[in-house]
Amino acid sequence: MRTKVTDVTETTQKGAVGVTPPPTPDDLLSPAELAAKYGLSVSGARPSLPEYVRQLWARRHFILAFSRAKLTAQYSQAKLGQLWQVATPLLNAFVYFLIFGLLMGARKGVPGGNHMYIPFLVTGVFVFTFTQTSTLNGVRAISGNIGLVRALHFPRASLPISLSIQQLQQLLFSMIVLVCILAGFGQFPTWSWLLIVPILATQMLFNTGMALIMARLGSKTPDLAQLMPFVLRTWLYASGVMFPLKYRLEHLEHPAPSWLIHLLQSNPGAVYMDLMRFALIGPYRHADPLPPHVWSLALGWALVIGIGGFVFFWKAEERYGRG
Amino acid sequence: MAVAEETDQVELSSPVEAQQLPQEPWTPTVIAEDLHIVYRVYGGATGRGSATAALNRILRRKPGTGAREVHAVKGVSFTAYRGQAIGLIGTNGSGKSTLLKAIAGLLPAESGKVYTNGQPSLLGVNAALMSDLTGERNVVLGGLAMGMSREEIRERYEGIVDFSGVNEKGDFISLPMRTYSSGMAARLRFSIAAAKDHDVLMIDEALATGDKRFQKRSEARVRELRSQAGTVFLVSHNNKSIRDTCERVLWLEKGELVQDGPTEDVMKEYEKFTGK
Repeated sequence: MRTKVTDVTETTQKGAVGVTPPPTPDDLLSPAELAAKYGLSVSGARPSLPEYVRQLWARRHFILAFSRAKLTAQYSQAKLGQLWQVATPLLNAFVYFLIFGLLMGARKGVPGGNHMYIPFLVTGVFVFTFTQTSTLNGVRAISGNIGLVRALHFPRASLPISLSIQQLQQLLFSMIVLVCILAGFGQFPTWSWLLIVPILATQMLFNTGMALIMARLGSKTPDLAQLMPFVLRTWLYASGVMFPLKYRLEHLEHPAPSWLIHLLQSNPGAVYMDLMRFALIGPYRHADPLPPHVWSLALGWALVIGIGGFVFFWKAEERYGRG
Repeated sequence: MAVAEETDQVELSSPVEAQQLPQEPWTPTVIAEDLHIVYRVYGGATGRGSATAALNRILRRKPGTGAREVHAVKGVSFTAYRGQAIGLIGTNGSGKSTLLKAIAGLLPAESGKVYTNGQPSLLGVNAALMSDLTGERNVVLGGLAMGMSREEIRERYEGIVDFSGVNEKGDFISLPMRTYSSGMAARLRFSIAAAKDHDVLMIDEALATGDKRFQKRSEARVRELRSQAGTVFLVSHNNKSIRDTCERVLWLEKGELVQDGPTEDVMKEYEKFTGK
């Protein structure tokens, strides 16, 4: 056995026989100086922000492959397979329709009359789910992939980012269903549908920021995974997903003050959803239910949460492996 | 060893070789300087399950309360050089895996520093792939996760699959990985991880996976990776595989570096210590 080792040493390594070098001038250097001399860098140090962005860009193929892999794996054990991509949001909308539309009379006040409730509801559910799931999955982006984080080196932001890309892909599936439903209610593509692009772009940026923030918080406090569903459900009800928010608040027994209505309408969940309804549903466009400065709000939320979340996440980059 | 050293020196004194001498041999790739790693385990003292204790912790808002510190690595210093294969040995819980993770930059150091050349990669047997995906897609995903480009993966795909031997018993590579036997999955993981040339490669007990034939092959692959100018760290409880692959051994005990030297010297002491 010994001979074998020696053999390997002789054939594969020219200089480094034995385990410590012969005396060299390097011996006088401190470890830091020695490291500097041979161009070694501190292991696991956090890169600068521009360098971090560059690293992320270099991993773009991984980010895409990871999100697609997650999407495929999600329903791979189900018999209907990828059909669930579309069926899940539809069933969700159906449940809300039964409870809110039929039982609780939430259809009242929907622009365009009662018969426009279904497009109103389905658009709302699909768009809000996009934000909701990105946020919720963000909590487990790091803590749920700790094996990957501890095994391999890549900018950790890849994980929450690819999760929100996964949700975007999911939403695009849902949009196909949505187009069919809209057509069923006499809503056909018009120029205003082009607004989908800026709406989704800003919402995507916002969602990614949320996922990044949640990923950092969730990596420290896994308990958030238990808490967040309740927070998100409150958010869902407060944003008017299954009822016209403004109409409801104005027609309460004690009508809500207008500042409260504006505040609720300005929350990002409501902003992106209402913009999407505005873009897709004709009667909604004519009723003008949008709060003032809605586009600035959409962009503002996207920039503040998107960039803020990214920086917030990057600040703890070197610590995610600790779990 | 001594003889080998002398012969090499004779060869090196020829004029052509002598010119390369200053930069080539003894290039440090990893320098650990008085490295300390401390884990903080919350609830270790009071018990995480106790709700009142947890509430108490939150109310008092003291981060230190209830946290126990585990000093896993205590002041380890060493310098690894290009072309070396270094074994890490020690009894269970002596801090070997923790040290590897710290070198890889995956665990932050409490004090002290680790300097490395390029990005050290940890070749864990539990490197995370998705069991619901086919072997095929896992090869691509794993490659991308390690930072390979799509072209590189395409070039090496055949090699990875052949090396893993997953397809020896039929077309398994197009089946989800959850259908693999544990040995097969471990072989594929090793093959993916070993497909990339690493500057500094770290292996945590990886050689113990798979059947005898695969172990032979993976040992050969580790040797090959080593010859491609990297430095290899190997954590193993298998003294034989340490002897077969490494020429230098670091012996850790309770987080302290007990001995650092040529494999046979250290192994002898270690075997005396473990009573083998």
